[in-house]
Amino acid sequence: MGFTGIAVGAAMAGLRPICEFMTFNFSMQAIDQVINSAAKTYYMSSGMVSVPVVFRGPNGTSAGVGAQHSQCFAAWYGHCPGLKVVSPWSSEDARGLLKSAIRDDNPVVMLEHELMYGVPFEMSEETQSKDFLVPIGKAKIERPGKHVTLVSHSRPVGHCLEAAAVLAKEGVECEVINLRTIRPMDVETIEASIMKTNNLVTVEGGWPQFGVGAEICARIMEGPAFNYLDAPAVRVTGADVPMPYAKILEENCIPQVKDIIFAVKKTLNI
Amino acid sequence: MAAACGMRRGLRLLQLRGLRTGHAARQQEEFPSPAERPQFPGASAAFVDTLDFIQPNVLAGIPVYRVMDRQGQILNPSQDPQLPAETVLKLYKTMTLLNTMDRILYESQRQGRISFYMTNYGEEGTHVGSAAALDPTDLVFGQYREAGVLMYRGYPLDLFMAQCYGHAGDPGKGRQMPVHYGSRDLHFVTISSPLATQIPQAVGAAYAMKRDNADRAVICYFGEGAASEGDAHAGFNFAATLDCPVLFFCRNNGYAISTPTSEQYRGDGIVARGPGYGILSIRVDGNDVFAVYNATREARRRAVAENQPFLIEAMTYRIGHHSTSDDSSAYRSVDEVDYWDKQDHPISRLRHYMLGRGWWDEAREKAWRKESRRQVLEAFEAAERRRKPSPQLLFSDVYCDTPPGLARQRDGLARHLRLYGEHYPLALFDK
Repeated sequence: MGFTGIAVGAAMAGLRPICEFMTFNFSMQAIDQVINSAAKTYYMSSGMVSVPVVFRGPNGTSAGVGAQHSQCFAAWYGHCPGLKVVSPWSSEDARGLLKSAIRDDNPVVMLEHELMYGVPFEMSEETQSKDFLVPIGKAKIERPGKHVTLVSHSRPVGHCLEAAAVLAKEGVECEVINLRTIRPMDVETIEASIMKTNNLVTVEGGWPQFGVGAEICARIMEGPAFNYLDAPAVRVTGADVPMPYAKILEENCIPQVKDIIFAVKKTLNI
Repeated sequence: MAAACGMRRGLRLLQLRGLRTGHAARQQEEFPSPAERPQFPGASAAFVDTLDFIQPNVLAGIPVYRVMDRQGQILNPSQDPQLPAETVLKLYKTMTLLNTMDRILYESQRQGRISFYMTNYGEEGTHVGSAAALDPTDLVFGQYREAGVLMYRGYPLDLFMAQCYGHAGDPGKGRQMPVHYGSRDLHFVTISSPLATQIPQAVGAAYAMKRDNADRAVICYFGEGAASEGDAHAGFNFAATLDCPVLFFCRNNGYAISTPTSEQYRGDGIVARGPGYGILSIRVDGNDVFAVYNATREARRRAVAENQPFLIEAMTYRIGHHSTSDDSSAYRSVDEVDYWDKQDHPISRLRHYMLGRGWWDEAREKAWRKESRRQVLEAFEAAERRRKPSPQLLFSDVYCDTPPGLARQRDGLARHLRLYGEHYPLALFDK
């Protein structure tokens, strides 16, 4: 609460601070500053006071750190108007989204993933260039496909790609969408994909109730893509329990590649 | 076991050196060698060999600095800030105008014209005394009972009313509940409801100013109840460790809604906490405008010159209810309130001073009462007549840029109102 408040105050006074949480679990102790002060102030002051702050840090599961260190906050922060929320998967995402977040005049929450910090990615010349930006609010199609749409964010995007590789051998072509931004969510990209594939599976590390997948399903129902679905959408999520510590329990509480494959086959009825 | 060994060894050392043990409450050892000096990174005090707990000083207490007695007489002439008549009159008129506005807006809530109100009765001195001591560009983070600061800086009655009524003339676009004023031009950050969140924010803002090397300070107001919040602790500590030019101004008015100070803390109020953080601190008579002025002025000067925080605890009394949602007769006696209203009020104390200097008299008092009331009623009636902000403003300022989703909703509402507007009370709103 202390340094979060300081970051918010410094932003109100004209700086562009980056407030780093050791993990987003600890942001709960400071969440009033993030939501009631950072997110709502521009609206409540009718534009007089802006808060161009970036909150960043590891979000979601780690390895063997227990329940209080493993929660995913995409749904919590994605719920709030006034905040922008981004969730990078690859190195390109992380670099481009952080630069965009800092340049954005709104408060931005950047949900990084601890287990992705050590994962290397190929990066092109362009993505390493000085002013490379990934726009906030635009999803990326990591792998085109035609039989089913897999929508995910953060580390599970990698799992989706692995599942897609396995399924491709069986003749099922998955279109894997990396959300990149939780709020504002790029529903248009998902809708366009569903209109092509007719099937939807969402994949996230967070808990199922009121989660990212729940929001995607609701929005699809409210939009034009609903009529293109051949089957109800399926959500693959973290298990609805506080994260256990024991390794084998923890592994089974996180969506695994086999869970994604199972969900796809269930949707496609194969 | 270890302590006993240490004490015995210490005693033996003292005996070896022929030092007296005995009459002093605490004996401090000399260091026979550098190895005996405490080496802890956390504190550099000396060792002591008697077991004594430090008293919280509840009975003695940190004294209250004042300049005038309760009859407005200067006690120590060297402390009279010698403010020119024009300034003193402005202090007086701001306090009384605020008082008049409070009465009328409190009544208007009772009559259902506005939804909520908070008065400032009894604390007007803390507002104007501190406001007068600041530079106009110093940034103010308030809690919710500092309207006099804004009024002193020149915020007009029309805009106070506009915010409370939430009508189309409100620069805040009717977004907030009453008394949540804000003004970028007057460097007054919009009031935010959650308590004490402004404390670390004030520190962050002061840090930004320090980096800018501007001749600006931040003042952060809060009540003695808000000082119990975790944010207050974090804010104080960071202000000290980050060397920030921030003034912490605590209005200790005796009550946090219904919680009296006897239940709020066991220590010597808020001022006693300052030294714990390494912050220069002072307690002042909040009902003495000159005491508030002197303390704030000196603190402001040094905060900017030396890049360090200051803590001012202004003792005062909340004469009114906490808000229109409170009836304080449920937890305090009418006699107690009456005492403060009649015997120790910042407005009457300053008036006595002005009468003594020949700058005021009964006739001018009568005329000003009439004039201030007229001004407030005029603003009030104008506010009553105004329409509310346009429904289109529902969607703006959520983000610095308007996201397409909200733009679609805004346009959808516009279309809906074009078709079915007759079913809505649109005449009450701006287009």
